[in-house]
Amino acid sequence: MNLFEHVGKFSRFLLLVLSKPEKGKLFFSQIVKEIHKLGINSIGIVVIISLFMGAVISLQTAYNMLNPLLPDYLVGYTTRESMLLEFSSTIVGLILAGKVGSNIASEIGSMRVTEQIDALEIMGINSANHLILPKIVAAIFINPFLYVLSVFVGILGGLSAGYLTGTVPISEFIYGIQYGFIPYYITYSLIKTVVFAFIITAVPSYYGYYVKGGALEVGKASTKAVVNSSILILLANVILTQILLK
Amino acid sequence: MIRLENVNKSFGDLKVLNDISITFESGKTNLIIGQSGSGKTVLLKSIIGLHDVDNGAIFYNDRNFTELNHKGKKEIRKEMGMVFQGGALFDSLNVEENVRFPLDMFSTMSEKEKSKRVAFCLDRVNIQNANHLYPAEISGGMQKRVAIARAIALNPKYLFCDEPNSGLDPVTAIVIDNLIQEITKEFDMTTIINTHDMNSVMEIGEKILFISKGYKAWEGNKDQIFNTENQALNDFVFASDLFKNIKKST
Repeated sequence: MNLFEHVGKFSRFLLLVLSKPEKGKLFFSQIVKEIHKLGINSIGIVVIISLFMGAVISLQTAYNMLNPLLPDYLVGYTTRESMLLEFSSTIVGLILAGKVGSNIASEIGSMRVTEQIDALEIMGINSANHLILPKIVAAIFINPFLYVLSVFVGILGGLSAGYLTGTVPISEFIYGIQYGFIPYYITYSLIKTVVFAFIITAVPSYYGYYVKGGALEVGKASTKAVVNSSILILLANVILTQILLK
Repeated sequence: MIRLENVNKSFGDLKVLNDISITFESGKTNLIIGQSGSGKTVLLKSIIGLHDVDNGAIFYNDRNFTELNHKGKKEIRKEMGMVFQGGALFDSLNVEENVRFPLDMFSTMSEKEKSKRVAFCLDRVNIQNANHLYPAEISGGMQKRVAIARAIALNPKYLFCDEPNSGLDPVTAIVIDNLIQEITKEFDMTTIINTHDMNSVMEIGEKILFISKGYKAWEGNKDQIFNTENQALNDFVFASDLFKNIKKST
């Protein structure tokens, strides 16, 4: 199947997904379940990675500032900008594409090969809408919170690393994270996070939903889902950066 | 009652169903039999609308299913219950939630009424003390019975079963067959069962459609099957020595 066929099929798939849910009450209870599954269960990995990445950014910046004219607060400034602009939105997005994306593709794919999706269709239920829309809505809702958490934990990691290794005084670091702050960067990153949340859920769902065969094909669909959603995140990152920061 | 008129279905150049016409009556267990690859699963999936037929018509009582729009088909689907080969129970829901699911989606019952209905359906298929178990925690036979309970939760007019006793031991298979037959009579449903299990044919075959290479090769019931002159059907039914000996003795 070539790229254009995929785009056409994906568009048709989205039309199915983005229709009105059958039962509002059931839809909202599914969203709550998905928020727990896709968001709350990802807090651990987001915290760990953000903490260590913040620490590494802080130390790398400190050890590369050989010029004595460069102030210490630049370490805090660099850590904040890195976390805010790129790491907490894009890198966390890529990590979640691996964790959440493979989970969604294998879950939906298994439902397809074990005829659970057919069972929904026979009942007269729009299976794509019933299974996938709650995941997309849940990720779009919870991922901005994960982004904010990642920024805070990353900066905390940078601060802790600078203090524990004696490379940056706490007061300088705190001055740095307040220096030249542009609030629009948060809006920019939140917009990216929402777009990435859509990609992370919709693309793996598409691969899982149309899987044919058995366990082997579910595995292949899961791999394709992770690879292609990662590529789409990187592509969307470039496009959104050009549009939003021009 | 479900009536098929000259149903044809192809996949690319491969013609799978050729001019199939038959009437499946209500209150009877209607069986579709045939060798693997003969087209019986495609026929069942065409009847329930998972495949669109190339031409021909499928009537649910007087409603032409093939000519209905999406909304019309959806209404008929609410009158269908389906038991899949593997059960197709939802992995993320426990036994009780699986049976309750169609009620949550389509009924206007109160929570109390739903619980009562779930209890009735599970009791009807002889499932006790398993409400909170998940599909992975119960046996294949129990999964099939829960699938039947889910299928009858909304009092369907039409029940479809795809190989309902595949992978089950002979005793459990007969229990499932008899259960389907009892429920069919009790609720006066039009039941269509896709099978290649000869025990089922002899046990509950009130109306049998034999498909060979995509064609309707024979139509009758379990009593007539013994005296048929149809060579393809004889080769299929009396393939084992056991059935050959039974035929000789009768």
